[in-house]
Parts: sequence; C-alpha cells; structure tokens
Amino acid sequence: MSESRASRASRGSRWPSPGRLLLSLTGVLAFVLLWHLATLGNSRTDIPGPYLTVQGLVELIDSGQLLRNVVASLFRVAWGFVLAVALGIPLGLSIGWYRTARLTLNPVIQMLRPISPIAWLPMATLIFGASTWFDASDLAAIFLIFLSSFFPIVTATASAVASVELKYLRSAINFGVRGHRLVTRVILPSSLPQILTGLRLALGIAWVVVVAAEMLGVQSGLGFQVNDARNNLRYDLVSAAMVVIGVTGLAIDGAMASLQSHTLRRMGQRMGQQR
Amino acid sequence: MTADDVKIRLRNAHKRFRGDQGDVAVLDGVDLEIREGEFFAIVGPSGCGKSTLLNCLAGFEHLTSGEVTIDGAPVGDPSPRRVFVFQEYAIFPWLSVADNVAFGLAGLRRPERDRIVARYVEMVGLQGFESAFPHELSGGMRQRVEFARALAVDPDMLFLDEPFGALDALTRMEMRREITRIWQETGKTCILVTHDVDEAVELADRVAVLSTRPAIVQRILDNPRPRPRDIADPECRALRTTILEVLGVGSSR
Ligand SMILES: Nc1ncnc2c1ncn2[C@@H]1O[C@H](COP(=O)(O)OP(=O)(O)O)[C@@H](O)[C@H]1O
Ligand SMILES: [Mg+2]
Repeated sequence: MSESRASRASRGSRWPSPGRLLLSLTGVLAFVLLWHLATLGNSRTDIPGPYLTVQGLVELIDSGQLLRNVVASLFRVAWGFVLAVALGIPLGLSIGWYRTARLTLNPVIQMLRPISPIAWLPMATLIFGASTWFDASDLAAIFLIFLSSFFPIVTATASAVASVELKYLRSAINFGVRGHRLVTRVILPSSLPQILTGLRLALGIAWVVVVAAEMLGVQSGLGFQVNDARNNLRYDLVSAAMVVIGVTGLAIDGAMASLQSHTLRRMGQRMGQQR
Repeated sequence: MTADDVKIRLRNAHKRFRGDQGDVAVLDGVDLEIREGEFFAIVGPSGCGKSTLLNCLAGFEHLTSGEVTIDGAPVGDPSPRRVFVFQEYAIFPWLSVADNVAFGLAGLRRPERDRIVARYVEMVGLQGFESAFPHELSGGMRQRVEFARALAVDPDMLFLDEPFGALDALTRMEMRREITRIWQETGKTCILVTHDVDEAVELADRVAVLSTRPAIVQRILDNPRPRPRDIADPECRALRTTILEVLGVGSSR
C-alpha cells in the first residue's frame, strides 16, 4: 500500500475539514432545492415538498410517535444484528479455517444467501406464530434482520480467515502457538479489519431490511409508520418517516465507521489497510 | 568434521511439488552438514529451491525422500528452538514492537518477560520504539523487530530466508553489520539463504552454492576471514568471483 493512500485513509477517519463540509452541505441544499421545485404546489395527499415534510416531522415528534417508532426499529435491528454477529463470526471462522466445514456448509450458505429476507416473512410468521412469551410479529421481524446480516457476516469472516497470510500463521506456529490460541492471537486480529468491514455492511443491510420487515404484521417501527401514514393518505408523514430512516441510517453507519477506525487504530492499523 | 559438532545433517534430500502440469522436482539430492554455532550461507539463483530447502529444515515442509536430522534426531514440527526469519516482514502488524518481541514469551511471568523484551529491543537498537506499531517503522527497523522477536525465545538456531531482500542497498549493508555483531554476541547457528553473493561473502563461515532447479549442492566454499569483513578486500573478492563462476555467471573482475 502506498504511503499517500495510508495518510489519506487516516485523515478520512477524523472530522471532515471545513472545505469538505461545505461541499457536502452544498449537495444537500441542491437536493432539497430540486425536491422543492419538483413538488411545487403539491398538497399532502400528493408527493409532498420539503416544507410539508418538515411540518409532518414536527407533527410526528409532537405526538411522540416518532420516538416510539425509531426505538422499535432500533430495538429489532439491535437484536437481529447481535444474534447474527454471535452466530455468524464463529461460523465464518470455522468455514474459513476448516476445510471440512467449508465443503459441508458453504454450498448451503451460498444457496440461502441470495434469498431476500422478505421472502422469509411468511415462513417466519409460521415459525414464530406459536410464540406466547414474546410478540410473534416482533420475533418474525427480528428473524428477518438476523437473516439479512447473518450471511454477509459469515461470508466476510470466512473470506478474511481464508486470506490470513501464511507467513503470520507460520511464525506463530514457529513460536509454539497452536489450536485456540492461534485463533485468538493471530487469526482473529489479522482478519479483524475485513470482519469489521463486513459488520458495517451487514448493519447497513439490516437497517434497509427492518423497514421492509415492519410493513407487514407489526404495529410499531419506521416501516409501520410509512405504511400507516400511506393508509391514511398522509404522504407528508410518509416522506417525514423516510427522512428519519435516512438520517438514522447515516448515524448508524457513522457510529459503525468510528468504531471500526477506533479499533483499527488501537491495533496499529488504519482504515484502508489490509483489504 | 567430527560427528558430534554436526548440528544439522541433510542426506540425499529430494523434494517434489505436485503442480498443475505434473510434478515439479525442486531438490534433487541435497547433502549438507552444518556445524553448531556456524554461520552457513546457501546461495543459488532465484527459484532454485532455497526457500523450499529452508522450509524443510524448519519443519514447515517435509522432504519427499531423504532425511534431515538436527542434533541427530529427525526434524518434526516447527519448534521455537529453531526460529525462521521470513523473506517479507512477518512481524504482526496488530502488535506494538514490544508485544511483537514478547510474542514467543507467553509462558513467562510479566517481570521476566519485560526484562527479556528490554534486552533484545536494546540489542537491535530500537530503544524508544517499544510502543510503536510496525507501520510506523522503516523497513530496516521492522526487520530488526523480527530479529529481536526471534532471539527473545533464545533459539539454538536461526533460519534466515533472504532477510534483507526487501531493504534498500544502504540499509542492507547496515543490517549485515548488525547481524554479524548479533551473531558474534549470541553464538547462534545461523543458516542464511540468499541470492546476493556479497551478502554470503560478508556474513558466512561457509557458503554452499546450489545449482538451478532442481537443486543440488555444487560446491561448498570456506571463508575464514575475520570479522567485520570488508567485501572489497582481495580475498573476499576472490571468493566472490569463485561463487559467481560456480553459479555460471561469468565475471572478469
Ligand atoms: N508449495 C509449492 N507448490 C508448488 N510449487 C512450489 C511450492 N513452493 C515452491 N514451489 C516451486 O519450487 C521452486 C523453488 O521455489 P523456492 O524454494 O521458493 O525458490 P527460491 O527460494 O530459491 O527462490 C519454484 O519453481 C516454485 O515455483
Ligand atoms: Mg525464496
């Protein structure tokens, strides 16, 4: 990796410079302006402009619906994602490391992976429908989130482990490090940058999927909000919810990116290194 | 040489790799005896099988036929008694200098470990860089970390696979001086693999010259010159010329 790419990458992980901030702001303002011009004269039963959207947003905040729905969506994403991490990383490690595990499990995983999590919704409702100790539709949504991030996590982890450089493995073995110590002292740290990239990607997908999963069955969350507003022909609330989905997604990704660069820095590496 | 000062013995070593276009013969009957405490160099053209030979000595690979013994016993798995220094830096990028040097010392108590780390960090001249990470160091400094990590476990021998290959010419010359000093200070058996004839002439007590692939040992040459050596002095230059002739690279000088 070239020195200039390294320094650019490390600069990118700090706060943006005023110049960059200005450019981003210009882009956003231009978008809002275009949106405004394209929707000029529309009412809230039509595609609403920015002004109606902001009014809708204020209404959602005032009624307390917004907070309730954001929390509900975040809650589902958190559970689904944490479960996917807890199962996906160990499974990815085994698939990346053990040939037998790879040959046995990889075909099944690669076949399940392209199935959109939304296609699982009927099955999920059947599976969790009998649940009495927890809201069934909630479980189904969490299951969908789990599926959506599980496969990217398994795949990223397995490929990270499979690409651990031979020289690191050999030198660790040379110093007598074997078995589970090899995993914790060499395989995990050396594949961590790639795993973190996979986690960030998976969380992004989870946020996209939660909104879709909440359009059926559940009575809370941003997806429900969008659907509910549409049923009441309140398109200003639809667009307000969409804005919230975007901004929350941006915040989640930002949090993940800073966790990523913080972890890498602590481990003597920088973003952009070891791809 | 008497039987008991032989540290490593290689007898009729053959190594083949199964490739896409059938088998590739890499070692074709290599015989070598390396003495305890000796600095032994193996030179040969690129791709002739030097790394393969060293990997077989270290236990990372196994001979197809023939035998390697160390201290009279067949080589088994890799062991911290024999540490390999890699062609490309193999220190761990996620560990600081001090943690890299301490990598092989996990079984020791903290004060003991810190003492050993401090000693070898000093031996390779990296005091003040203990908490730096590899990406903050120059190539030469990274290679010093790798030497310190290897020496810290107090091995019987070091396998050096073109350890200066990735360094610039000036740093390489400086590192040769350093290795000579460290070798004299520690008395480890060192087996150096290189395609750089000057490096072999400056560092080694004896130099084995390999053929092109599949490799056999063509000649073993002695270099009794005292250290530190100046490779420009006449005896060193004569040895260099001989090695180049054996390698089949004509040199008129
Ligand atoms: N694992 C392997 N599988 C197949 N061929 C190999 C393997 N390792 C080395 N070789 C081949 O053996 C030959 C010698 O390689 P190597 O020992 O690395 O040479 P050197 O270190 O002298 O440059 C090369 O032609 C290389 O392609
Ligand atoms: Mg080599």
